[in-house]
Amino acid sequence: MASALRRLGSAAARRGLSTACEDTKKSLFQLPQAGGKSSNLCSAINQALHIALESDPRSYLFGEDVSFGGVFRCTTGLADRYGKSRVFNTPLCEQGIVGFGIGLAAMGNRAIAEIQFADYIFPAFDQIVNEASKFRYRSGNQFNCGGLTIRAPYGAVGHGGHYHSQSPEAFFCHVPGIKVVIPRSPRQAKGLLLSCIRDPNPVVFFEPKWLYRQAIEEVPEEDYMLPLSEAEVIREGSDITVVGWGAQLSIMEQACAGAEKEGISCELIDLKTLIPWDKETVEASVRKTGRLLISHEAPVTGGFGAEISASIVERCFLRLEAPVARICGLDTPFPLVFEPFYMPTKNKILDAIKATVNY
Amino acid sequence: MALSRAASASRAALLKPLAAGFLTSAPSPLRRPISTDTTPITIETSVPFTSHRCEPPCRSVETTPQELVSFFQDMAKMRRMEIAADSLYKAKLIRGFCHLYDGQEAVAIGMEAAITKKDCIITAYRDHCIFVGRGGTLLEVFAELMGRRDGCSRGKGGSMHFYKKEAGFYGGHGIVGAQIPLGCGLAFAQKYSKDENVTFAMYGDGAANQGQLFEALNMAALWDLPAILVCENNHYGMGTAEWRASKSPAYYKRGDYVPGLKVDGMDALAVKQACKFAKEHALKNGPIILEMDTYRYHGHSMSDPGSTYRTRDEISGVRQERDPVERIRKLLMSLELATEKELKDIEKQVRKEVDEAIAQAKESPMPDPSELFTNVYVKGLGAESFGADRKEVRTVLP
Repeated sequence: MASALRRLGSAAARRGLSTACEDTKKSLFQLPQAGGKSSNLCSAINQALHIALESDPRSYLFGEDVSFGGVFRCTTGLADRYGKSRVFNTPLCEQGIVGFGIGLAAMGNRAIAEIQFADYIFPAFDQIVNEASKFRYRSGNQFNCGGLTIRAPYGAVGHGGHYHSQSPEAFFCHVPGIKVVIPRSPRQAKGLLLSCIRDPNPVVFFEPKWLYRQAIEEVPEEDYMLPLSEAEVIREGSDITVVGWGAQLSIMEQACAGAEKEGISCELIDLKTLIPWDKETVEASVRKTGRLLISHEAPVTGGFGAEISASIVERCFLRLEAPVARICGLDTPFPLVFEPFYMPTKNKILDAIKATVNY
Repeated sequence: MALSRAASASRAALLKPLAAGFLTSAPSPLRRPISTDTTPITIETSVPFTSHRCEPPCRSVETTPQELVSFFQDMAKMRRMEIAADSLYKAKLIRGFCHLYDGQEAVAIGMEAAITKKDCIITAYRDHCIFVGRGGTLLEVFAELMGRRDGCSRGKGGSMHFYKKEAGFYGGHGIVGAQIPLGCGLAFAQKYSKDENVTFAMYGDGAANQGQLFEALNMAALWDLPAILVCENNHYGMGTAEWRASKSPAYYKRGDYVPGLKVDGMDALAVKQACKFAKEHALKNGPIILEMDTYRYHGHSMSDPGSTYRTRDEISGVRQERDPVERIRKLLMSLELATEKELKDIEKQVRKEVDEAIAQAKESPMPDPSELFTNVYVKGLGAESFGADRKEVRTVLP
C-alpha cells in the first residue's frame, strides 16, 4: 500500500531531507500544504508542546530541568505560559518520573514526561515495561495510561560517549502495549509528537538530538497531526528498498544519492513508528525491488533491524534477490574515541547497497 | 592579601637558616624544615560537626606540618589540573564531557589523609581529583581526558571513567546514583574478607533523590556493611538548587535509621577528622552517611557556564571566604610553617608539573582501532568489520 506521493519542494535543510505530502486517505491527519516558518527540530517540538498544552487544559509536562527550557531548550516558554502547576521540574529520579506519569495518566490526564537523555531511561524501564504497557490489559480495560507520552533525546552527536549517545529503541520495541515513534525532521516531529500526545496509548517518543539544531525546515505554524504506524516512502526507486528512522535517514539519503550516481535506484522508507510498524508499506516496496537494507545506530545484534528483516523474509521470501542487509552500530558499548568506526556511515551503507544489488 | 604581607614582614626577622628539602622534586636550600616536620599540632575545624544519631567527633584535629604542606601541594596540583583541563577543553583537545572538581578539592584530600589504599573509593563522574588523590599521575589524567593510550583507562573511558585498581579506586560512573549500590557491594566483599577495610561510596546532592541510594542504604544497614556514603553537597544538581529538588536538603539525616554527620567540605582537616571517625564507626557499627558541605566553582560540566542558576557574587563570595586551598595557605602562614614565597614556589612547581604532563600526554597516541572490540567480553567479541569494499577488506577482530 505504498501511497503515491508527491514530493514537495522542501526548504533547504542542511541535510537535504525531502518532505512528502501526506496521502489523502487519512483526512484527519493532513500535513498543511502551505509552507510555514523556518524552524529547527527543538523549536518544532517546542511548538508542538505549546499546542498540546493549549488544546488540552488537562495536559502536564514534567521532567528534569524542563521548567527553564530544558537542556536542549525544547521546553522554553512553557512554564511561563501555562504556569508552574502544569509545567514543572522533577527531582533526579527517572523511575519516579515515569511511574508518576503513569499514575497521572491513569486519572485521565495527558502526562508528557521528559527523560533528559535516552541513556538514562533504564531506571524507568521497569515502569514502562511492567506498568505502562500492561495497565489496560491487566485491568480488563478498566484503567489505562494512554495519556502518557515519554520524550527522550537519543542518538549519537559525535562526542557523546557511552552515556549521551545510546539508541535504546530496540528494548522498547519488544513490549506490546506501548508505541515507539521516532521523527526524522522538524516538520515530521511536530505532527508526530502531537499525534503521540493525543494517541490513547502510552508512547515513547525518541528525538534525534543530533538534529535539534542542525535540521531546519519549514514547519507549519498551525496544529496538525501525522498518522502513527504509517511508514513513508521519501524517495522512490526500483533496485533496492532502504529502511531507517530518525537521524540515520539523512545519512541514508546521502548514500542513496551516491548510489544513484552509480546507476542504482534506491527506495528510501522512513518507518516513523517502530511499534506497531507498517509492514505493508515495506512489504510492497520489497515486492517491487526485491532487495532490502536496514540501517540504525543501535548495535546490530538484537536491534530493530532484525525484526524488520525477519518479518520481511517471512512475507517476501521468494521475491528476495539477495540477503537482507543490516548496516548498524557495532556490538560494543557506544564508544568514546572510536565513534567514527562504530557508526553506520554513508560509505558503509553505500558499500552494502552495491554488494546487495550485485549479489 | 594583607594578612600574608603583614605576617611575612614580621617574620622576616624570624628566619632561621636551615637546609632542608622543601619541594619534593628538587632539593633546594631552605630556611627551616617544613615538609618533613612531623611534630603533631592540633587545629580546630572551622565549624563544629552536626550529627544525626551519633556522637560527633571532636573539633580538634591532629595533624603535622608535613601533612599540612602536603595538603597544600596536592590541592594546588588538583586545582591547577582542573583549570588546565578547562583550557584543553576549550581548545577542543578534550571532547565529550568534562566535569570539573575545583572548589571541592578538600574532600578528596581530607579523605585520603584518613584512609589507606586498601580502603575503596567509588564515585560519580566528577572524578579527576579523587583519582589523583588515590595516586593517579597527571599524565594518566590528561591522556585519558584526551582519549590517548597512556590514559588510566587506556583512552577508552574518558573524563567520566577513571579507575585505579591497585589503589582501590573503583571509578568513575556516568549514570547518577548507580555507583552507590556498587559501593555497598564492595563493602560486603570487604566485610567478608575480614580485612578491616571500608568503602567510601560518593555521590552528589542530585543523586540523593535516587531510589537506588535508599535500596543500597537499607541493605548496608541490614547487614552492617562497612559502607560510608559520602554526599558531596555542592548545593546544585546540575542547574537545580538543592531546595528545589529535595524536600529535605539535610542529606546527612536522610538515612533515617543510619547515623549521619555534616562536615564543612571546604576544610580539609574537618574532612580528615570526619572520615577517620566514619571509618572507625563503619567497622564497628555499619553504614554512616557523611554530608560534605562543599562548592564547585565551575558549572556542572564544561557546557554549563555555571552562572545562570547562581549569581557570580555567590561564586566569588565562596571563593573568598571558604576556598580550601586558601584556607590551608592562611593556616600555614599563620602558624609560621611556610612563607608566602615558599607557597608560591610550590604553586609554580605544580604549574610546571601540570604543563609537562600535558605536553607528554599530547605526545601519546590514540588507541589502536582494534581496541574498539577488545574487552567487550573477556576475550573480546568475534566481530567483523569491513571497509568501503566489502569483498576486499574484511577482518575478524579479536
